[in-house]
Amino acid sequence: MRMTAAKALVECMKREGVEVVFGYPGGAVLPLYDVLYDEKEIRHILVRHEQGAAHAADGYARATGKVGVCIATSGPGATNLVTGITTAYMDSIPLIAITGQVRRDILGKDSFQEADTSGITMPITKHNYLVKDPDLLPYIVKEAFYIAKTGRPGPVLIDLPVDVQATEIDYQPIEKVSLRSYRPTYEGHPGQILKAAQAIAEAEKPVLFVGGGCITSGASEEVIALAEKCQIPVVHSLMGKGTIPEEHPLSLGLLGMHGTVAANLAVSECDLLIAVGARFSDRSTGKVSTFATMAQVIHIDIDPAEIGKNVKAHIPIVGDAKRVLQQILAKVEPKQHPAWIERVNNWKEQYPLKYKEEGEVIKPQKVVETIWRLTNGEAVIVTEVGQNQMWAAQFYKTKYPRQFITSGGLGTMGFGLPASIGVQIARPDAIVFDIAGDGSIQMNIQELATAVQQRLPIKIAILNNGYLGMVRQWQELFWNRRYSFTQITAPDFVKLADAYDCVGIRVTRTNEIEDAIKKALEIKDRPCIIDFIIAPEEKVLPMVPAGGSIDKMLVD
Amino acid sequence: MRHTLSVLVENRPGVLARVAGLFKRRGFNIESLAVSITQDPTTSRMTIVVDGEEAMIEQISKQLNKLIDVIKVIDYTFAPTLERELALVKVEATAQTRREILDLTHIFRATVVDVGESSMVIEITGDVEKVDAFIALVRPYGIKEIVRTGKIVMARGLQSL
Repeated sequence: MRMTAAKALVECMKREGVEVVFGYPGGAVLPLYDVLYDEKEIRHILVRHEQGAAHAADGYARATGKVGVCIATSGPGATNLVTGITTAYMDSIPLIAITGQVRRDILGKDSFQEADTSGITMPITKHNYLVKDPDLLPYIVKEAFYIAKTGRPGPVLIDLPVDVQATEIDYQPIEKVSLRSYRPTYEGHPGQILKAAQAIAEAEKPVLFVGGGCITSGASEEVIALAEKCQIPVVHSLMGKGTIPEEHPLSLGLLGMHGTVAANLAVSECDLLIAVGARFSDRSTGKVSTFATMAQVIHIDIDPAEIGKNVKAHIPIVGDAKRVLQQILAKVEPKQHPAWIERVNNWKEQYPLKYKEEGEVIKPQKVVETIWRLTNGEAVIVTEVGQNQMWAAQFYKTKYPRQFITSGGLGTMGFGLPASIGVQIARPDAIVFDIAGDGSIQMNIQELATAVQQRLPIKIAILNNGYLGMVRQWQELFWNRRYSFTQITAPDFVKLADAYDCVGIRVTRTNEIEDAIKKALEIKDRPCIIDFIIAPEEKVLPMVPAGGSIDKMLVD
Repeated sequence: MRHTLSVLVENRPGVLARVAGLFKRRGFNIESLAVSITQDPTTSRMTIVVDGEEAMIEQISKQLNKLIDVIKVIDYTFAPTLERELALVKVEATAQTRREILDLTHIFRATVVDVGESSMVIEITGDVEKVDAFIALVRPYGIKEIVRTGKIVMARGLQSL
């Protein structure tokens, strides 16, 4: 069928199941936007900054497991996507970024709004394309979606010169991808599975360490089954939060820098560490040379390059987390180790996550806890980055996968609000809370207009301490309380909410927290900002100083 | 330790940038690099010499394999291989020293490819050690310029990448 490459691109996206795209028009994507103008099956969400488009598409992908799609024009449009693409890359999120490019005959001549997008995004994408032959576009789109969502997922960028978009091609749907150089391994090696099963049978003090790979592969059921069958306590990385309900008796919570005492001590003492879809980031391990020194390590990951990268694996298994756990489950017998479980439970009881209540002064942990209680622990929690993120991770106990949406690897401030937009569009009936700080929320505050235009009932809980709180905390602990440029002013968020046509509520006293959240939960047709004025110097604890050993935590 | 990686890649624009970018980003240093098309015009071969510990070399191979355009990576360090490098060496040569340089050239089965009033250009082919040895011997005469191709390798016998 004859049609423009732009039209073919949209047809290809529909075949890939794309229902929504997040974008911002501009000169170099006009042919594509002209097609989108008449498009009925794909909903286009107009953001207010391209970074918002990337994060929204990313949030959509995290909430659904589907591929998120964002669109930007050439030059500044494309460079504005960069932080969003990197965020998705670091957390292995399937994303397609489509960027306009200047026409082919002026490429490489420093033309107006020209940037070397494929060059810039080379190290932050799983793969990228600069399309010079319009006839190849349908193959490229098919390949791009395939690469983005298979194996270890990640962002793929397609850079499309504006004249390529406008060229008529003979469009035939592409059915199959054949890439000789890309064949992810899903099945675990049978010999390694047997070794793992044997190690589990012999272990006296095993721990399961689950990461984002368990969420990606949908391995929750298998993780819980293995934990219960062999009585293995479970710790999670930030990306693995939600794999196992946190109120499950075998869940020890978050591992690492702001992890629980129980999780950190259990990993430090265990004789077998079964890491599943976790990449042993420095935030999880602390000092590598003192990390899990007593343990044999089984490392299950779909990306062979992760195995042995940071921590030595005694039993490496390359494969899909869900599939490999099924294979292991078929080979292990039920097991008990009451002494270990008792020891771990003692830590849990002795060192719960805690905070001091101080009368009327609002404690951020109390805010998160109250949100958790009033949403029955079932809201989708999106976070910004910093203290807000850690308090959310510690005090909102998740029940199911894809419930906790956060920028883990890159730690992108400004992620939360635009990501919430993607999440709320993916799950229109869910309660979506963006747990924010007064610093982070100002980084992409323009996306409020997007949320209002789409009538999205996102709740934004700003934990407002007048500081860039996490940096301030580091300055307090490690830089002699020299608060260099961490005091930050903010607009009046209630007036700001009003200006954007959202609801704004300010809360200054502990006894107002509950009513404010209840009021926010009743709003169904627009975003609501709750500005919680919190104790300004509250810290996130426990804390393992950067590069420190995870068994040495600051607790008070 | 020095490792020789033979990397088969798709013959497409930008592949060299992807490989070079990966080395830079992960902090791996390339000692030499030779790239050219293979018997199959859709693929190119890169021969990369890199110095590092085992764990680092393993990580390099794995990261290279993750690139969609990389088809295959083989570490030829411990395999029986043919190894060649070509160098052009421009040496200062006076009437007095020309004869001696020529003798060295013959011993190494190298070839004089250009002679000027006060210099000679010698083409030498061989494994890296041979090229190094020749350069060391002619260095006292005064080297004006050296251009080396970087090493290429091929497995002996029937085995191919």
